[in-house]
Amino acid sequence: MKYSDDFLPMNQTKQIRDFVISNFMFGEGAGLNDDASLIDRGIVDSTGMLELIVFLEETFRLKIDPDEMIPENLDSVTKAAAFVSRKTAPAQVQA
Amino acid sequence: MLELDCQAEAARIESAMKEVVLKRFKKKGVVLGLSGGVDSSTVATLAVRALGKDRVLGLLMPERHSSSDTLRLSCLIADHLGIKAIHEDISRLLETAGCYQRQDEAIRLVIPDYGEGWKSKLVLPSVVEGEQFRLFSVIAESPAGEHVEARLSLEAYLGVVAATNFKQRIRKMLEYYHADRVNYAVLGTPNLLEYDQGFFVKLGDGSADLKPIAHLYKTQVYKLAGHLGVPAEICSRPPTTDTYSMPQSQEEFYFSLPYGKMDLVLFGKNNGYSAEEIAPAVGLRAEQVERVFRDIEGKRKMASYLHAAPVTLTTS
Repeated sequence: MKYSDDFLPMNQTKQIRDFVISNFMFGEGAGLNDDASLIDRGIVDSTGMLELIVFLEETFRLKIDPDEMIPENLDSVTKAAAFVSRKTAPAQVQA
Repeated sequence: MLELDCQAEAARIESAMKEVVLKRFKKKGVVLGLSGGVDSSTVATLAVRALGKDRVLGLLMPERHSSSDTLRLSCLIADHLGIKAIHEDISRLLETAGCYQRQDEAIRLVIPDYGEGWKSKLVLPSVVEGEQFRLFSVIAESPAGEHVEARLSLEAYLGVVAATNFKQRIRKMLEYYHADRVNYAVLGTPNLLEYDQGFFVKLGDGSADLKPIAHLYKTQVYKLAGHLGVPAEICSRPPTTDTYSMPQSQEEFYFSLPYGKMDLVLFGKNNGYSAEEIAPAVGLRAEQVERVFRDIEGKRKMASYLHAAPVTLTTS
């Protein structure tokens, strides 16, 4: 079984963090805690959440259903990475 | 809650309107857009009481996607008040600006067949039914009556909203044209719910010289409208965005709840009531009211940009 580097958990976390920092914090994200709420910290608004969802779908080649678009899955770098990991895991097993 | 001494409030608004328009701004009267809804009809009535019917100019500005009720009910209030009203159909201006074409192009990003003869509206999922982030979908109806729903991509969402905002901005441009022409001020007609939650277009319906009912909950506007004798047909018209080619309620497009419940939750939040205390009054569970609280806060953050005056950088 051969994985793309994109699907390694550490790379997923880094890619999501890099996207958040470059897209919403304009590169000034040195203090970003991976567990911090993106909404409560004011990093992402509703339009930003749409950007994040599109990024996850395109980067990790997955489809996020409306009932999966919940804070538990998307409201921090850690949660988004874990969600991507869960979403991509079955596909890897079947590959 | 939401009680209003209509007589005293009308007197206060009328006095402020005279003071601001005539004395502070040195204008001879007021212009306002009439949509046939309760907000603009109430503001027009207050303006007539404050300044006299000869100092109030109403603009009727329907466009291709407006409901047929819009023009009829805006004529009704103008006739009822005896004010001069000018009919400016803005469809040609919108056509020239590319509003409809740009809107169609943006929708085609997610519904490739969308085009001539189709109708559409944007919708949001319910706040109270679940925790999910609310992302816009477009519902479209083909000329054959087939319904298609698609989630909007970022590019499509921004494109549809940007194109549609031409409508409010062109209306405001015409309001200021007529205001300049006759040396009048422009009245805005948002209620507190719309003003607080950013339900307006920056430099569109968000612009005005005076917003006389922006401190009143929608429920209070209805009470005031009844007190002032606004025609019953206008008062009983369901609130609508009247912006997209398919009929669209305000809670489908923006607010979490119908206005009566939304007012109560907003009032409760503004006055320190807990979700548990508010829940029975609006027929929801406390966790659902908490979701509405979060939605209100999220919209306030978005609205801060809409309310912001241009930033200047002064040097000391």
